[in-house]
Amino acid sequence: MSSAPEPLHRALGLTDSELDDIRRVLSREPNHLELALYGVMWSEHCSYKSSRLHLKRLPSKAVHVLVGPGEGAGVIDAGDGIGVAIRIESHNHPSAIEPYQGAATGVGGILRDVFSMGARPLAVMDPLFFGNLDDARNRWLVEGVVSGISGYGNSVGVPTIGGELTFDQCYGANPLVNVLAVGALPTSRLALAVASGLGNFAVLLGSSTGRDGIGGVSVLASAGFSGEDGAASLDDAKRPSVQVGDPYEEKRLIEACLELLDLGLVVGIQDLGGAGLICATSETAAKGGVGMDVDVTAVPLREAGMQPYEIMTSESQERMLAIITPENLEAVTAVCDKWEIRANVVGHVVEPVTSSDGTTVGLLRVRNGFDGEILAEVPASSLADEAPLYDRPRQRPSDLDAVHADDPTDDEPVGDANADLLDLLVDPAWVYRQYDSQLFLNTVVGPGRDAALLRLAGPGLPASERGFAISTDSNPRWCAIDPRQGTALTVAEGVANLACVGASAKALVNCLNFGNPEHPEVMWQLSESVDGMAMACDALAVPVIGGNVSLYNESGGRDIDPTPVVGLLGIVDSLVSAPPGWNWREGDAVVLVGHREAAGARPFPLAGSRWATRRGRRGGQLASFDAARLVSTFAFVSREVASICAGASGDVTAVHDVSGGGLAAALAEMAAVTGLGVSVARLEGHGELFAEFPGRFVVATSDAEAFVARAIDAGVPVTLLGNVGGSRVRLGGLIDVAVDQVGARRRDALEVALELA
Amino acid sequence: MTRVGVIVFPGSNCEYDALGAMAQLGVESELIFHSATTLGDVDAVILPGGFAHGDYLRPGALARFSPVMAAVSAFAAEGGAVLGICNGFQILTEAGLLPGALQKNRGLTFLCQSTTLVVASTHSVLTRAARVGQELVIPINHFSGAYTCDDATYDSLVAHDQIVLRYKDNPNGSRDDIAGVASEAGNVVGLMPHPERAMSTLLGSADGRVLLEGFVGLGASAR
Repeated sequence: MSSAPEPLHRALGLTDSELDDIRRVLSREPNHLELALYGVMWSEHCSYKSSRLHLKRLPSKAVHVLVGPGEGAGVIDAGDGIGVAIRIESHNHPSAIEPYQGAATGVGGILRDVFSMGARPLAVMDPLFFGNLDDARNRWLVEGVVSGISGYGNSVGVPTIGGELTFDQCYGANPLVNVLAVGALPTSRLALAVASGLGNFAVLLGSSTGRDGIGGVSVLASAGFSGEDGAASLDDAKRPSVQVGDPYEEKRLIEACLELLDLGLVVGIQDLGGAGLICATSETAAKGGVGMDVDVTAVPLREAGMQPYEIMTSESQERMLAIITPENLEAVTAVCDKWEIRANVVGHVVEPVTSSDGTTVGLLRVRNGFDGEILAEVPASSLADEAPLYDRPRQRPSDLDAVHADDPTDDEPVGDANADLLDLLVDPAWVYRQYDSQLFLNTVVGPGRDAALLRLAGPGLPASERGFAISTDSNPRWCAIDPRQGTALTVAEGVANLACVGASAKALVNCLNFGNPEHPEVMWQLSESVDGMAMACDALAVPVIGGNVSLYNESGGRDIDPTPVVGLLGIVDSLVSAPPGWNWREGDAVVLVGHREAAGARPFPLAGSRWATRRGRRGGQLASFDAARLVSTFAFVSREVASICAGASGDVTAVHDVSGGGLAAALAEMAAVTGLGVSVARLEGHGELFAEFPGRFVVATSDAEAFVARAIDAGVPVTLLGNVGGSRVRLGGLIDVAVDQVGARRRDALEVALELA
Repeated sequence: MTRVGVIVFPGSNCEYDALGAMAQLGVESELIFHSATTLGDVDAVILPGGFAHGDYLRPGALARFSPVMAAVSAFAAEGGAVLGICNGFQILTEAGLLPGALQKNRGLTFLCQSTTLVVASTHSVLTRAARVGQELVIPINHFSGAYTCDDATYDSLVAHDQIVLRYKDNPNGSRDDIAGVASEAGNVVGLMPHPERAMSTLLGSADGRVLLEGFVGLGASAR
């Protein structure tokens, strides 16, 4: 018996019940083009249909929030008439297949989100997650992704100021490439993605449209790699869904769009990303409550014979859609000619129609010529906003109790603590040396430190003495054990990083990388993680102003560990002097700021620590999220550093957050970058050396007495650890290793692992 | 008062940084788009860093054909002060205004890092305010920054004192550690490091000032 061919709607990623929904919306059978439009717009990637229900629980309001979730990027009022826009996104699946172009187009896409708000992109950050480097394919992925970010980001002229680099076996066939961008704008230039004004034109700016990236969102981003051997078996079949980037086109597109906005020539503007032209036209029309006629013959094409569904859903890069009044067309064309980018009127804003029940509906019509045949006709809002919402089944993983019981905190230390420490140290400089991190003369603290810190300045911005700080953070080791606490602690880690450069957190964006949402355990992880994030953001008073959800991160049936990535944006009110960084000096006292012992059952929890993970121990109990402790400690550290940034002289010479690798790694990193040793007399065993929980900082001071007095005044606990000096790192009788050795191992670790050194 | 023109090609990205550095020196400056056929009323010209015309074909290979380059060549021939930074240096070599060429870095990766330069000659508009042997901490930011030239060109560079800056610790495989060269007359200079990124201790170094101060100081007398 031969099997019947797969029905078209299923081949386009739509379920049978989704087809019924479409029939209800249209009161008729959809044609093939209409089905294809719903297929991409109702994909997981575009519609957030599995996650939207949960994302509503995140706090998104604060007086300084100008634009919250749902636009191209979130925007805050940073003061001095300047808005700061921030957005994070994933480009995981494209990067798994074609690492250079996957990562490059990830950068391009996130920049368009930011300048579509009227902001000039000022900084990019890239949290990256790969499988272990003993696998040659993973080394190829690392080199490809890093060179893609470098090749695109440098050329497009936006500094890449940091990120994260995580290796774990769970990312072997499914690496994660997240990209965060920050831009700034005079608040008067704020632009929104709204079509309005009957008779206005929708102008497609930038690249011509080709067959690259067709079905990117539905084929790639909304399904897992299900082959026996993970990604490899599907490489060739899916490669045509990966887009190809052209940073030179994007650079000219940025300049042209900002010039159009400065001249007041656009009514609304949106980038073309996932789902291409159909997404941009239907979303802008839906937001404006208007209809739009789109002429597929007006779209400049890269190749002959493209079908209307290909033209409407292509994800060709470096394109924007601007809504303009007809009388401005000539002026818009002149700006685009100057920057050598295409500008073609592809749409007309038309009146909404009145439906039988008396409500008005903006119709998205795809036409063969503006006066030609109507190829598709659907309510714009049904594509953009009315995808089904799924409350997918959730279930706590059955093995979680066993995971919690298997606590490495109880392990006897075995082997040499010196070797343990050296194994934990990795300087990511090989990565960030390949990124231009200095463009625009803003970078005060660049990559490789707790957080990046930049002057809040750029072409066209009002003068300001302020700075902005960015940190991206994640901890899949914690979140695998307890996604709620793990995510809350990850948010705390981000706020701690900002404190190290004197900033207070003003906003958070998130990129929620999870496995297959059709697995109830994954949906449980996502829901728990959202609750943990909401709890931490409420406690630390940080609004969530944007995010992205990446699901179906799996290969060969195995889901990745839950990997919520948070991007924290902070502001420093006066930035005239650099923060102390890690540059302690001979003779300084070394102080631990914050509670020495964790909140929760274990004073020095090793669960989810790098130390335990290297031993193959992936269980245990995390520290608790103790809001009161964290708030006072972060405020104190941030205030101490901010006063130095503002130009005050002080006794604090170095500040470093205690995070991955614990207290031992924090001290060793400071020794490595300064070449100066440290002696700490007494520590509570290997637990205190390697435990990981946020809320602790290593501070070096030239006047311990004065510093401790200020901490006590602020109600923040401090512990005198020891002193800077000599040529060895000596920690509590457990570690005694030469600074030179620490520095060399840390410097070379990554290149050795990549087999480049 | 010196007035500096900063050339903008499509794909340039350090033009605002050059303007910013000039402002810090109290010097007036303006952007000149690549389609311009005259330079207007300027006393000195900077070709900034970036990726002019996307660096397609090879860095600088297309930019030399931009309309403005004829005016830049004429300005240089009259003795006008011309400075090419990074991509600007690559363009000046492609345009034949400076000898030699810039190849891909020795390690075949982009490099953004701090370097220490040693002033090798003060016989140029860029280095005239510095002293020979002076060490300057200035960052590099390039993929194709390894200076190369044939032996005859090299001998001529040495003979005419045209090697103006060398790396103390060669990061990219440049011949004889060369970081910057000048024309025989010294009025046209190119260097791969970015002096405009080293104008303030807040950003890590102010050692670029002595170079750019020298460059703008010459302006009026060059015309």
